[in-house]
Amino acid sequence: MASIWEYANPRKFMTTSEVVLPWTVGIAAIATIGGLIWGFFFTPDDFRQGATVKIIYLHVPTAVMAINAWLMMLVASLIWLIRRHHVSALAAKAAAPVGAFFTAIALFTGAVWGQPIWGTWWEWDPRLTSFLILFLFYLGYIAMWEAVENPDTAADLTTILCIVGSVFAIISRYALDFWNQGLHQDRFALFDGESDVSPVFAWPLVTCLTGFGFLFVALVLYRTRTEIRARRLHALLAQERLS
Amino acid sequence: MPDLGPYTFEVLLAYGGALGMLFVLLALSIWRSRRTQRRLTEVEERRGRL
Amino acid sequence: MKAVIARDLRLAFRAGGGFGLALAFFLIAVTLVPFGVGPDTDTLRTIAPGILWLGALLACLLSLDRIFQLDWEDGTLDALATAPLPFEALAFAKAAAHWLTTGLPLVLAAPVLAVMLNLAPAAFPWLIGSLLAGTPALSALGTFGAALTVGVKRGGLLMSLLVLPLYVPTLLFGALTVTRAMGGFDALTPLAFLAGLTLATLAVMPFAAAGALRVNLR
Repeated sequence: MASIWEYANPRKFMTTSEVVLPWTVGIAAIATIGGLIWGFFFTPDDFRQGATVKIIYLHVPTAVMAINAWLMMLVASLIWLIRRHHVSALAAKAAAPVGAFFTAIALFTGAVWGQPIWGTWWEWDPRLTSFLILFLFYLGYIAMWEAVENPDTAADLTTILCIVGSVFAIISRYALDFWNQGLHQDRFALFDGESDVSPVFAWPLVTCLTGFGFLFVALVLYRTRTEIRARRLHALLAQERLS
Repeated sequence: MPDLGPYTFEVLLAYGGALGMLFVLLALSIWRSRRTQRRLTEVEERRGRL
Repeated sequence: MKAVIARDLRLAFRAGGGFGLALAFFLIAVTLVPFGVGPDTDTLRTIAPGILWLGALLACLLSLDRIFQLDWEDGTLDALATAPLPFEALAFAKAAAHWLTTGLPLVLAAPVLAVMLNLAPAAFPWLIGSLLAGTPALSALGTFGAALTVGVKRGGLLMSLLVLPLYVPTLLFGALTVTRAMGGFDALTPLAFLAGLTLATLAVMPFAAAGALRVNLR
């Protein structure tokens, strides 16, 4: 049985991802497009929120993936820290912009949804605020990768950043809950228990969640391949400069 | 197009903006990949010739 | 470790040492507020806790790159790396020196500036208390940010981007303590949270900063 660590070898990763990628893209496309069409065209309006409930099919999957992306980056960074597999570090680097975009989409759709329902584009609700901070963490992480010349140093420093950021994200969440006493928590109660969401909404939502999940995987695989090539390019150019 | 009632603007804005951002992410990823591929091929050809 | 702190203090107080800069910035920033917001004393009283905390925070931020940058540039940091002092202790010493030269003066200046903003008398001890409890966290987090970006050319902006989100909980509880005190509500709870946060930060940050220093000094 091949060990997962085999894929730490860049060449093995490239050949395997080449095979896996088309399938991931295919499932992502079907689930995402299918789920969104289902949700947008074939679901009823909500009693309280009218047609705006359709935004759920974008807002929840991107919000969930925004968090998952950071968690994946944390795991990948720890693998780099402990086992020094370059593919892992590059995978974290590749995932960051995807996570950042998902966070931005979650914030945007949340604000647009909130406007007719809460009467304002922005609320300092614990959840929205912690997402804003998460977005800033993503930007900082990406900026750090760009700012440091040496790829290994960049990998190490961004790993430290990712770990510290994760610890702070957890602390901030509690702090923000305290700060705003979760005034709007019940508005999100819908999403906390799937049993509260009627099946007519839940199934398209699950489809979209699946779709965005596979979309994330596809994008990270694709981007990691680019990062591996970029690393090789960087090394070859450095060699050229020396000779 | 289903009847979005009084929320037509918001729903379309949310979908339009979100899908637009997704498109940008995809476009950027593909552009970066193509660019890196191209430059890598250039350098490797140079090395091949040496 | 004491030697490191003493040296940093001496350097800060020397001409061009930047000791007064943070303080001056604090004064200027707070003075600017009524011009931007209007001189209505009631408005100023309401926003005073936030302004004072924000001013202290930004003043701290400005002086962060001094923590390691100068030593990095003239090779002192490399020398310190080979010294028997562990990186964790070095990071702690640097944070302590930063607090003594920046944080502490801000705490002392704050009541004076609070008068300008019409802060309610009842809130003054809470202002001082919250700043005393919170500014060490700002120094510790700033030291971490400085350690992370020490090798980056013109890394000040990047450092701010990294450090500011980390400052949010401290700012939140600090300003909340003073606001609650003004309204006559329980201000001890947020203050306790703030103190706990600072202690946790002081416990963890030296290790994170040391890790970053080790990477950068390889």
